[in-house]
Amino acid sequence: MTTTEVIADRIAQFLKERTRISWEPDADIFDSGVVSSLFATELVVFLEEAFDIEIGGRDLRLDNFRTVTLMTGLVQRLREAGDE
Amino acid sequence: MSEQETHSLMILGAGVMGVGIATLGIGFGLRVTLVDVDDGKLADARRRVRQELKLAQLMGALPEDRARGELVTTVSPEDGAEATAVIEAVTELAEVKTAALARVSALVKPGTPVVTNTSSIPVDELADAVARPEDFIGTHFMNPPYLIPMVEVIRGRRTAATAEERLTAVLAALGRKSLVVADNPGFVTSRVLHPMINDAIRVVREGTAPAETVDALFEGCLGHRTGPLRTADLIGLDNLADSLRVLHQRTGDAGCEPDQLLLEKVQAGDFGRKTGRGFYEYGGISS
Repeated sequence: MTTTEVIADRIAQFLKERTRISWEPDADIFDSGVVSSLFATELVVFLEEAFDIEIGGRDLRLDNFRTVTLMTGLVQRLREAGDE
Repeated sequence: MSEQETHSLMILGAGVMGVGIATLGIGFGLRVTLVDVDDGKLADARRRVRQELKLAQLMGALPEDRARGELVTTVSPEDGAEATAVIEAVTELAEVKTAALARVSALVKPGTPVVTNTSSIPVDELADAVARPEDFIGTHFMNPPYLIPMVEVIRGRRTAATAEERLTAVLAALGRKSLVVADNPGFVTSRVLHPMINDAIRVVREGTAPAETVDALFEGCLGHRTGPLRTADLIGLDNLADSLRVLHQRTGDAGCEPDQLLLEKVQAGDFGRKTGRGFYEYGGISS
């Protein structure tokens, strides 16, 4: 698996554990009505701890957490920024 | 001077509501002194405020053009004596509230609103404990305070008009609208909502439907944003039980006697979101 796939897989696995649903990479979890927007805070904590990143400033927008693909992109960008 | 420079808060109690109101204050640029008797709880409160600021920002609930306020955590209420409003948010037990209010109300300048944040205890019952009952007034912030735009304000029998005006100004600086109601057990929202949640818990216990179905019916059929059991988890099941007892003792309404299933969850330490489990599981993540 590529790094992107590993990250996406880990995020999808967390979502499945917490919602008992398998999510397509581009499905909007907040529009689905399955989770409330308060779930976003759990996602932030999970992503920060699982991938050793700090999410702050302008990245703290609900739109960054809507899908597995969007979260994967955010994690990769922050990890790359951290490596520089 | 801007509204935010004019106002500053002293908050008593670093529980769920104290931390939530502190987050709101800091997010709107006010200086906040958060007081608790427990140093460990204050250290944890700093971490939770950071986390809740993130949630508030995620939800677009904070002004973007404003610097965050300063947070001071302390075990000495003397450190917050210059605050322009005091908000007591300790446990929902009259004796705990009066002890905190008696000490702190004597420290602040006359004319400073001293506010009890309560979901059900009548303000006038606590007013004998404070130094100046005319400065004493109630709020009922909902959880989480930074996501809920309206605050229920309770005018006690001895509350002066100036206290009401000053509190309204503080709430406006926090971006909140407020509505003032009279001083009866549970005021408006808890008097109506808490017995209803208690009934929803009874329905679950009797096996009519699981929590998920009860909530889905309230959301899907009645248009409620959050169903009663999820709301209970958000309030905190321990607080809900305390609040129902307050209502039951003071109104005699049998519908306010905490349901057996609620008491069992409290007994088991499952308080809802804040402990990671209530009527729902929250993945062990307290929030």
